[in-house]
Amino acid sequence: MPRELLKGNVAFAEAAIRAGCEAYFGYPITPQTEALEHMARRMPELGRAFVQAESEVAAINMVYGAATAGVRVMTSSSSPGVSLMMEGLSYIAGSRVPMVLVDIMRGGPGLGNIAPAQSDYNQMVKGGPHGDMHMIALAPATVQELIDLTVLAFELAERYRCIATVLADGSLGQMMEPAELPPMREPRPVEQRPSWALTGARGREPHAITSIYLDPEEEEAYNRELQATYRAIERDEVRFEEERLDDARIAVVAFGTAGRLSLTAIEAARTAGVKVGLLRPVTLYPFPEERLRRLAEEVDAILVVEMNAGQMLTDVRRATRERVPVHFFGRTGGVVPMPEEVLDAIYELQDTLVPEEAMA
Amino acid sequence: MTVEAPRRTLAPVVSYPEALAPTPTHYCPGCTHGVAHRLVAEVIDELGLREDTIGVASVGCSVFAYNYFALDFAQAPHGRAPAMATGLKRTSPGKTVFTYQGDGDLASIGAAEILHAAARGEKITVIFINNAIYGMTGGQMAPTTLAGQRTSSSPLGRDVATQGYPLKMSELLAQVDGAAYIARQSLHDVVHIRRAKKAIRKAFEVQQQGLGFAMVELLSSCPTNWGLDAQQALDFIRDEMVPAYPLGEFRALAKVEPGGDGHAGAKEGR
Repeated sequence: MPRELLKGNVAFAEAAIRAGCEAYFGYPITPQTEALEHMARRMPELGRAFVQAESEVAAINMVYGAATAGVRVMTSSSSPGVSLMMEGLSYIAGSRVPMVLVDIMRGGPGLGNIAPAQSDYNQMVKGGPHGDMHMIALAPATVQELIDLTVLAFELAERYRCIATVLADGSLGQMMEPAELPPMREPRPVEQRPSWALTGARGREPHAITSIYLDPEEEEAYNRELQATYRAIERDEVRFEEERLDDARIAVVAFGTAGRLSLTAIEAARTAGVKVGLLRPVTLYPFPEERLRRLAEEVDAILVVEMNAGQMLTDVRRATRERVPVHFFGRTGGVVPMPEEVLDAIYELQDTLVPEEAMA
Repeated sequence: MTVEAPRRTLAPVVSYPEALAPTPTHYCPGCTHGVAHRLVAEVIDELGLREDTIGVASVGCSVFAYNYFALDFAQAPHGRAPAMATGLKRTSPGKTVFTYQGDGDLASIGAAEILHAAARGEKITVIFINNAIYGMTGGQMAPTTLAGQRTSSSPLGRDVATQGYPLKMSELLAQVDGAAYIARQSLHDVVHIRRAKKAIRKAFEVQQQGLGFAMVELLSSCPTNWGLDAQQALDFIRDEMVPAYPLGEFRALAKVEPGGDGHAGAKEGR
């Protein structure tokens, strides 16, 4: 496939189509609406399902219904809209049907604004939905990665029969970059839908897809199955990227756009002789626990950079067991930090370290 | 010469519908959920749809409906069954999809979902149980609770000045262009049960014909939460509910031949 100049929202929608997404249900909300508009045009022309729902509440339940039919299905939204989906997400996790959700995050809380933010981290990674459940959370930093992780989300959702989310901020949804789309994968034929799907009980016992277990012991046994799945995800699906950590004394830990703009600051700091590198978690759930544990032994200080008030920060502190000083720089409310600000934060941190010559 | 006596076989007077699972229900004695379940199952059998039907259960007393039907079933969040049914039907257009919802589910928390499923003309069938009360949570006021009716959350009787008026969902949805069949029937005696079955059958046939959204509202009993015995509860439907909720077809589109006019390949007829 040739590289094309693609807008993030259009790119992930088209990537989903090419990943064999058979149904899309959504509701307009800035800054992700171009995805819904792309689906409105493309899905019907491919003979696939598209409904503009009456609300995000309805959209997520349409997704739930289509997921029980065993098709690849997705929705996308932005922060306030995703809040409305929490009920449905809990039922979907509790029923173990696969689906994909893309959250193009914006400033909040409340109606907030339509500027880029990363303040849905806690909601998406720590669980906004009720109950003991997790959703895989993938955090792209470029339009290309947004495409690739959307495709991966469908694969992971199906492999683990779980919810896979892509957590990107408004700037990624709105920016245009050259990127390559995957080849078209046709939806699987009806007769190849998964064995657990609701297809009408033809020549077999009926299936029920439900999340209610009135007997607490039975519910607990079901919870154990769910937890076993989450342990497998935590073991096998951790993804992260490293830049210039080999000799680093300072590690910046940042995801998505914050990771990308931090890299600009890191390159500048390197030019000035500061030994600094980047750890960019690509999966926020599962979190790169083990890598951070080791990182705490390797560097003298960590700087967490986020476009929120410090949500991943608590996870970094936990994973590093505070064996290394963990500092924070963040902007909130839709303000995107400038690389210069991150550079200043790196210099400030550098000043707190014992000079290398003194340690020799 | 011997004449062989003609062999006589007894036609079964009562049989168990194939679409109904042979499972004892958890419904209270005197509750008409069992009757409604059986009517739906009989219609599915008669139309030969058992192996091509997917049901969507709701939240309320009928939350476990999937245990009582021998059909593929999903269980929806409170009020969201029409949205789930939309997702199912749009991705399995060849299947028959129906929801089974109570009045709290459909007329209160799920008012938006039912209205818009009707507006979109979703080709689904909705079985709507109106017993004028919240059953599963123990007898609170429903949107369909009658004016003056005592419930645990309207202990002095529903005061329409502060607690609003009963919602007539069939009349409301009959105004929606996407609705192809809207009827209200009652389960309080045999005559009405037979009429209810006819309406249910039409509501499934409408889906088979691809005409649009279909709903049958069934006036039902809740002796436990009404504080009545089984017979008194049926009398309450007849004497109190039927006057407040008139029975009949509120919208019934008939299929027209190609070339005919009328919206969405259908025309209005009673």
